[in-house]
Amino acid sequence: MEHLSYTVTAPRAAGGTRRQAIIGVVASGNLEVLAERVLATDTCTVDIATAARGFAPVWQAVIADFVALRAAGGLRLSINDGGARPDTVALRLAQVVRLIEEPEA
Amino acid sequence: MTLADILTSLFPMGHVAEERDGLIFGRGTLPGGDPIQILGVVDQTALGVEGALALAGRVLEIAASADSDPILVVIDSASQRMSRRDELLGLSEYLAHLAKALLLAETSGHRTIGLLYGGSAAGAFIATALSTGMLAALPGAHPAVMDLASMARVTKLPIEVLTAKAETTPVFAPGLDNLAKTGAIHAIWDPARPLSDQLAELLASPAGDDCRAQLGLDRGGRPKAAAISARVIAEARRG
Amino acid sequence: MTALPSGLSWLEASARQRLAALLDPGSFAEFIGPEQRERSPHLRLFDLPEQFDDGMIVGRATLCRTPVLVAAQEGRFMGGAFGEVHGAKLTGLLRAATLLGRDVLILFDTGGVRLQEANAGELAISEIMRAIVDLRRAGNRVIGLIGGRAGCYGGGGLIAGCCSALIVSEQGRISVSGPEVIETNKGVEEFDSRDRALVWRTMGGKHRYLIGGADGYVADDPAAFRAATQSALGRSPGLDLSMLHAEHQRLTRRLARFGNARDGTDVWSTLGIADPDAIPGLADDDFRHLADACREVADDAR
Repeated sequence: MEHLSYTVTAPRAAGGTRRQAIIGVVASGNLEVLAERVLATDTCTVDIATAARGFAPVWQAVIADFVALRAAGGLRLSINDGGARPDTVALRLAQVVRLIEEPEA
Repeated sequence: MTLADILTSLFPMGHVAEERDGLIFGRGTLPGGDPIQILGVVDQTALGVEGALALAGRVLEIAASADSDPILVVIDSASQRMSRRDELLGLSEYLAHLAKALLLAETSGHRTIGLLYGGSAAGAFIATALSTGMLAALPGAHPAVMDLASMARVTKLPIEVLTAKAETTPVFAPGLDNLAKTGAIHAIWDPARPLSDQLAELLASPAGDDCRAQLGLDRGGRPKAAAISARVIAEARRG
Repeated sequence: MTALPSGLSWLEASARQRLAALLDPGSFAEFIGPEQRERSPHLRLFDLPEQFDDGMIVGRATLCRTPVLVAAQEGRFMGGAFGEVHGAKLTGLLRAATLLGRDVLILFDTGGVRLQEANAGELAISEIMRAIVDLRRAGNRVIGLIGGRAGCYGGGGLIAGCCSALIVSEQGRISVSGPEVIETNKGVEEFDSRDRALVWRTMGGKHRYLIGGADGYVADDPAAFRAATQSALGRSPGLDLSMLHAEHQRLTRRLARFGNARDGTDVWSTLGIADPDAIPGLADDDFRHLADACREVADDAR
């Protein structure tokens, strides 16, 4: 397994008040993302555990795009990856942000 | 030890047992003169719907009686019988029925002691050996969830790789020591000592809650199970 | 939990989506949630990815305002198979239910025991079965829901056989040995694992409902599972020797009635179904209507 960790400056804070959200499943071609609202609002961290070694530059690019497009400030994102393609990763990241922004019940 | 040797060592005061269709039924006399019921699977027989039903029927007869005879379940089985017919007829219900019968016999005042003396695997292992209140084993017994060659096939790992990994953890490979370390086996008996003494020791120790996760923790085979279960209970009770 | 997209099937849904759709909205509170990161300690030896909840979600909720404890397996993670942590969460839930006097819902979706943790998984199955018996003896119900992609195989099938009631959809399967295992061990003549129709005639939801291996048959639809679960929660609880005796008679009768059947269609024909070959193609409501007139039942005998 490879473990990667990125800390990025996030231009916009994630909306809503939920403390956490989770999306996805660890299966072939899929991944789970756990989002926890625990950081300063201008920071986003992404911790990845993946069995597919050697893709750090790809992760870096996906994360950079994601933080530029979505309001992810304040979120600690933890990923267990089952070998997902970059577009699936991008989808899950967007989905988890949408989930954590949902109004609380 | 052959089964005959085992039964003789267990019951110096005598026993009677009959084998049919890979099952055994009988009765032994304990040192004090009290009876113990004997039943089980012999000759590496695979456990199918008929066998499970026959064993369960005998267990239920014993459980319904007003006495408190303990039950010795001796096991030398294969896995569950693998056939289209058994599954068509709902083998899962028959095996669960046997397990429930043993568990309810225990709670109805009939202690259930398992003695694994040969093989056992998968569904047969769960429905017989693992459904007894306390499970003993003799050295040379070879329980398994699945044989290593089949595991290699299913996991698509070379068997040498699996074997090497099995050296580092007792959590997946077949074998008595591994099942003991994970908490399945309460006691591995010493064939050099009278088995009757060792059975008496087990019968004298109090029956209680399922302590196998704690055994697994103490022996280093299951580091997390006991704590995880306890934590779920604690969180559930915290309203 | 997020609202379920409308029209999502039970089969397609994730474990978390099933819980959201089944239970009263907003009522679910998870025990040892994913943020606790209680993962498997054994998968890393095989360089396999972990899931934060180890593929087993447990917690409390209400269903039509009745408090219940709930467990759901994620069938797409390691085939929903039982590992050490996965199994221990369910064991703990069942013991908690006995202490609290609660009914339990188990959303099965499992291929059996996780081979990489085989001994721990096998023991967990046994501990779970014992906990279910204790829970039922104390007067509580355990309802199993079966309709996921992994089915309910191996040790999962044995656990299901200890439940008070089972609700299945057509897509559900219940079996001890899986089709591939039977084929590998006994040959393709005995069981052609690629013959999907054969798999379903032998182990599938319709067959189990007809032969008395399941108590409720529903469409592949969370609302249907919810309604059937609510109904199952109204059945009388308990487990004692007289129920086991009744089950023994039921299983003896089944063997006598169907012991010579070669195929599911023989069983259905014996039940009095005029056109057994049409069963797989029947729509759910039509099937249930036909089945209810002739199927074997297991009420108070499970």
